[in-house]
Amino acid sequence: MIYLDNSATTKPYNEVIQSFTKVATTYYGNPSSLHQFGVQAENLLSRSREQVAELLHVSSNEIIFTSGGTEGNNLAIKGVAMQYKSRGQHIITTNIEHDSVHEPFKQLEALGFNVTYVPVDSSGFVSPAAIESAITDETILVSVMHVNNEIGTIQPIEKIGKMLTNYSKVLFHVDHVQGVGKVPLSLADHKIDLCTLSGHKIHGLKGTGILYKRNGVQLHPLLSGGSQEMQHRSGTENVPGIVAFAKALRLTLEHAAQHQQKMQKIKAELIDKLSAHERITINTPNEHSAPHIINFTAQGIKGEVFVHALEEKGVFVSTTSACSSKRKKPSKTLLAIGKNYEEADQSIRLSLSGLNDYNEVTPIVNAIFTVIEDLKKVMR
Amino acid sequence: MIYNHILIRYGEISTKGQNRKKFVAQLRKNIVTALSAFQNIHVKYTRDRMYIHLNGENHEPIIERLQQIFGIQSFSLALKVENELEAIQEAALEAMKEFDIEGKTFKVSTRRAYKQFPLDTNELNYAVGSHVLRNTEHLQVNVKEPSVNVRVEVRSEATYITCFDYRGAGGLPVGTSGKAMLMLSGGIDSPVAGYLAMKRGLEIEAVHFYSPPFTSERSKQKVIDLTQKLTAYHEKVKLHIVPFTAVQQAIQKQIPENYTMTSTRRMMLRITDLIREKNESLAIVTGDSLGQVASQTVESMYAINEVTNTPILRPLVTMDKTEIVEIARKIDTHEISNRPYEDCCTIFTPSSPKTKPKREKINRYEQFYDFETLIQEAVNNVETLEMTASSATNTEDNVEDLF
Repeated sequence: MIYLDNSATTKPYNEVIQSFTKVATTYYGNPSSLHQFGVQAENLLSRSREQVAELLHVSSNEIIFTSGGTEGNNLAIKGVAMQYKSRGQHIITTNIEHDSVHEPFKQLEALGFNVTYVPVDSSGFVSPAAIESAITDETILVSVMHVNNEIGTIQPIEKIGKMLTNYSKVLFHVDHVQGVGKVPLSLADHKIDLCTLSGHKIHGLKGTGILYKRNGVQLHPLLSGGSQEMQHRSGTENVPGIVAFAKALRLTLEHAAQHQQKMQKIKAELIDKLSAHERITINTPNEHSAPHIINFTAQGIKGEVFVHALEEKGVFVSTTSACSSKRKKPSKTLLAIGKNYEEADQSIRLSLSGLNDYNEVTPIVNAIFTVIEDLKKVMR
Repeated sequence: MIYNHILIRYGEISTKGQNRKKFVAQLRKNIVTALSAFQNIHVKYTRDRMYIHLNGENHEPIIERLQQIFGIQSFSLALKVENELEAIQEAALEAMKEFDIEGKTFKVSTRRAYKQFPLDTNELNYAVGSHVLRNTEHLQVNVKEPSVNVRVEVRSEATYITCFDYRGAGGLPVGTSGKAMLMLSGGIDSPVAGYLAMKRGLEIEAVHFYSPPFTSERSKQKVIDLTQKLTAYHEKVKLHIVPFTAVQQAIQKQIPENYTMTSTRRMMLRITDLIREKNESLAIVTGDSLGQVASQTVESMYAINEVTNTPILRPLVTMDKTEIVEIARKIDTHEISNRPYEDCCTIFTPSSPKTKPKREKINRYEQFYDFETLIQEAVNNVETLEMTASSATNTEDNVEDLF
């Protein structure tokens, strides 16, 4: 089996699962309990927070543990909108965001907020100038993803952050879910106010993640109750998941340089071989794209059929983002960069992780070419 | 980065006459310990300068650590070259290249400690300055207010070129003023007092009073974490945890309510003094700030201080709360201190403690009970933890592999 759907989710590291199991069986106290058993759990919690903060070069009180990317994005976007609505009701994002950003913006729009969806260019990049020209006196938030989950484009976060230093009222949220361990991002240097990370995209477990919230930024909580996570996220802390996240993040960042190099090499080789096929158009731009995502369109073959055909050969890929594929919506990003409905519907995403190997390239390419040969006879 | 050395200038030590050797040796020891993680570096010292040979180590984390070491006035990234004019000129030029930007100005200041060098100070200034000027595009000379001051230090063994000074932490090397016991409550003030005492060269051992079940494991952890923070300024800091429950209960039973606070402080001081003696230290440091609370009025100090004639150092005595908080934030203890757990001082606080207690009265109240036995017992059962800069912040065993 060759697993190429790492942007949907990754295989958890064994060490991560071991940590989870040990904490879940041994340290199951509630961190808020007064007794020693609670204190142990609380210590694990604060230790995790410190480790995550240290790895991201921020302060530990800037880390909010969440249930993952969707919650982080929702908390950042709605939290800012609700907290600062008296300052203005205009919020900005792009038209290639993940649904967990896009939908909260839609919800806020329904509640009366003005939303600008800044379009990307034909390669899939948003320009800082376009964002700047959308800013008004009413703007309170800009949310831009770091690495696009469908075609892998790296957005100019540093430039946008720099531009936003001229607009002190505007907070900057970055969805970094696809970028962690793949494309370095400095939270402190790029004027990022909020940043979402997810555990299961970095060989951690589902239901874990963090939202980085710069000191000084206020958030209206989505979940109120027992005031956990410095009142930003009530609910008994998922201590085993949190410890597992801290470990997954450490391992991922420790391997980052080496894994990036490996993925980059596999990606280049795959693009090189695949693009030689007459029916294949590569949708991932050569420059400024992440080392782990390759998106292509196989002309005349529906993406969904392609996925199942490859599956029979033991190669696991996806059409668009996992969340959209189930609803059979064509890739939002491909439509945004000017592809037509058919091209978007015929697109395939291969997504790598550091666990993939260079010697998988040939079997992958062979499987793809064979599938195209088989299917082109029946599909027109 | 072209720099291969860090040049360190001493602070007040330079004026310490006879003791100088001891001071410099202590500073070197502190620096070597603080930088022990960087295995390639080599620290060398002369009479008035210390040099860290980087041997390829990244200078950024080293700079960060150095800024926390007391006894350093300032330091600079330096380029060490041979005492040859050409080598000096080339090195200065190399160092100045990163500043070759429109609008930047510079001057050269030479310090010629090695008097045998063929050129004198002015000649050297000119030779180096003109070389830099000729070989760069934008740099201009400005001797009054240069943006970069190129310092050339010609010493007998080599010449050092530096362009920028980092400010050191000042003070005296920890250890050169001896050792003191710090009464550490868990509040905002005492860690700051400890930090300031260390700044004046004192080595610190912390004493904390722990009253289970009236105070919780969490309040103890808080003090452990605070002590851990102080290890940034000295590799090892001991923490003595005194079991104080029995003494506190006796006080509650025996002493009239408005004098319990005064008596509690007297007992703490007596116990601390005994621990001090055991550990061969000559002073006690507290976080008292005059008038801040009932126990910190001069009348209270007079009544409490009666139990010992050991010097009690109160670095915060004239400071306002806002000034103290500012330092607490700087040394990163403020947040820990603000954790909302009861300590032994808050748990039995009387509703109206005496702000002007009398020595006669407190002595009378205390004489009807044998506190001495309880005090001895407390001292005998002290739990001592040794915190080091690298020890984990929680005391739990076997959790390391979880992370």
